[in-house]
Amino acid sequence: MPLLILLVVPLFAAVVLAFVGDRKYAPEINIAGSAATFIAGIALALDVYTDGPMLAGNKFFFVDAFNVYLAVLTSFVSMTTAIFSRRYMRREREHGRVGHWGMRFYHAMFQLFIFAMLLCLLTNNVGVLWIAMELATLSTVLLVSLYRTPTAIEAAWKYFILCGVGIAQALFGTVLLYFAAEKVLGEGGDALLWTNLIQSSSRLEPTILSLAFVFLMVGYGTKVGLVPLHNWLPDAHSEGPTPISAVLSGLLLNVALYALVRCKAIVDGSTHTHYAGNIMMGFGIISILVAAFSLLRQKDIKRMFSYSSIEHMGIATFAFGLGGHIATYGALLHMLVHSLAKSSIFFTVGHASQMHRTQDMDKIKGLIRGNPLVGWGMMFGAMAIVGMPPFGIFTSEFLILTATIKDAPLMIPFLLLGLAVAFAAVFRKVQPMVAGEIPPYQKSMKVAHLPVLLHMAIVLAVGLYMPIFLNQWFHKAVQILK
Amino acid sequence: MDIHTTAQIINFLAAMVLLTAFGMLVQRRIYGLIHLFAWQGLFLSVSTAIVGYAAGRHHLYISSVLTLALKVILLPYILNALIHKLKIRKEIETVVNVPLTMLIGIALVIFSYSLTAPVREMSTLVTRSILAIALATVMIGLLMMITRRHAVTQIIGFLAMENGLFFAATSATYGMPLVVELGVAIDVLIAAFIFGIFFFHINTTFDSLDVEQMARLKEGD
Repeated sequence: MPLLILLVVPLFAAVVLAFVGDRKYAPEINIAGSAATFIAGIALALDVYTDGPMLAGNKFFFVDAFNVYLAVLTSFVSMTTAIFSRRYMRREREHGRVGHWGMRFYHAMFQLFIFAMLLCLLTNNVGVLWIAMELATLSTVLLVSLYRTPTAIEAAWKYFILCGVGIAQALFGTVLLYFAAEKVLGEGGDALLWTNLIQSSSRLEPTILSLAFVFLMVGYGTKVGLVPLHNWLPDAHSEGPTPISAVLSGLLLNVALYALVRCKAIVDGSTHTHYAGNIMMGFGIISILVAAFSLLRQKDIKRMFSYSSIEHMGIATFAFGLGGHIATYGALLHMLVHSLAKSSIFFTVGHASQMHRTQDMDKIKGLIRGNPLVGWGMMFGAMAIVGMPPFGIFTSEFLILTATIKDAPLMIPFLLLGLAVAFAAVFRKVQPMVAGEIPPYQKSMKVAHLPVLLHMAIVLAVGLYMPIFLNQWFHKAVQILK
Repeated sequence: MDIHTTAQIINFLAAMVLLTAFGMLVQRRIYGLIHLFAWQGLFLSVSTAIVGYAAGRHHLYISSVLTLALKVILLPYILNALIHKLKIRKEIETVVNVPLTMLIGIALVIFSYSLTAPVREMSTLVTRSILAIALATVMIGLLMMITRRHAVTQIIGFLAMENGLFFAATSATYGMPLVVELGVAIDVLIAAFIFGIFFFHINTTFDSLDVEQMARLKEGD
């Protein structure tokens, strides 16, 4: 039942918001819809926590510890983003950057996007997973070009074409997967159910599955934003409205990685080697290094933090590829804390760029004096994102490093180099922005406190003390992925 | 129809799909491109129906009709209407280095055959060489998107790629589950809606549909 509500509410909200349009209370409906989704997510998580994994809707949905935690995270971040976007988008409207139709479109598509991601997470069918992923792309393409500036349209076009091409490769991989599975499981819908695939993975033909994984990796890897398939990501993040950057970075990348990890589990079960894992480790480490060095030369604040997302997705992909108990645990934790920290940073970035009417980092100054929440929020967010203790990202990176020392010591220098360069780059850029005097062109404004405070509090709390239920959840998820 | 005749007909249709893909690769006139795309859809639809008949999978008939409606009638119609509205019906695109593009296309076909060789050996179906051709169609669509600079052409390349995928899904595996095929069809429809909007946005912002001009987003240095 909570499952149904979880999926129906965002879809329903999307329809309602499409009709409500630019009316005054549209943002409130947006928040209410997201909050209802979040409550349903919690209820579903409690169900799964007490009763274990469940199949529903004629095996069409499958919920276990792995995807339910991501579903809760998705609905939570979408709720806080909705709260943040109320003030943010209202101001963009006042500045004339979005019109009447733009607002209508923005709210409806936001909810549709949440629906697509939740469907992606909860479906048991690998084919439907692909469809939902494509839907998530399509629903955000026109949000990226919402401002209709030449650069925004260029970014959206790039996003549309590159992700379209990428995701097409994933469909070919899915076809190959079905081709192999059909011989074992018989034709029809059952052969694409993840639960069936994982059960009989050892009987699937390894040569076909190795070939399939290459396509799946390229396809979903494009959406995760792994180097060298990342070209769309910084553009789409920097040109779209900031709430969209926050959900793209914090949620969509996670969902794509989720799809990849699910596929990896099947392929590993078939080949009995570390083949899929090695490919993921390779993509991961290259992403970390390239993103870290790209961070150094950024001028646009949203571009910089989107490179940081590539870096962190690289870390998580690397850790999932490495496998083993500790690394997988670390990767799961990393997905959680990165998502929270990064979306919180984007909230502060959004306020900061509205205060200065620019995304140029050289022109943003004196944030702490101008608005303590934005300034300190960005400062602590940056500290968290580069992996300083006591924040949660330190814990997850520490776990991943520990596992790497044990299982793949040769990778350590590259990993540490990437982390160190990213650390230096982010600090060098953030410090002048938050410190210093208020520049004359800075405007003071009301900001949304709750989202930033909530996110940072959780990131900090997880770093200090791991709640028992979260710990158990992650252990269960690790078992599933073994 | 015995199995050999069926196999030959399907292989013939597969060859036609590949041929239209090559045709699109070098066709300069947008109008001609849409024509070729419609033909490709038709071959795809007929081949799907024949596979469905030969293998006794009746849900493939639905896929076949769906392809016919979407790829042969609806999408070409939408594209035609769009280029009519945008007044680019007669526009001629410069295609750089036709022989080289063709040679790369041929290389891609060979590559697809070698890549799918292990799969082909395992396949006992009538449609065993289809997977290679489907992959080649996908790759050629990709090549088209890389070499062309016009927004409409890029989209046709994208749709041709999707044709290749659909070919793999229906013919190589005797059809994916219906729910997946329907979902993919809906996604394609939404994509068509979105690129329609895009054409107008690009046209009004850049005064042309040449995507070459979209090069403002570069790494800051």
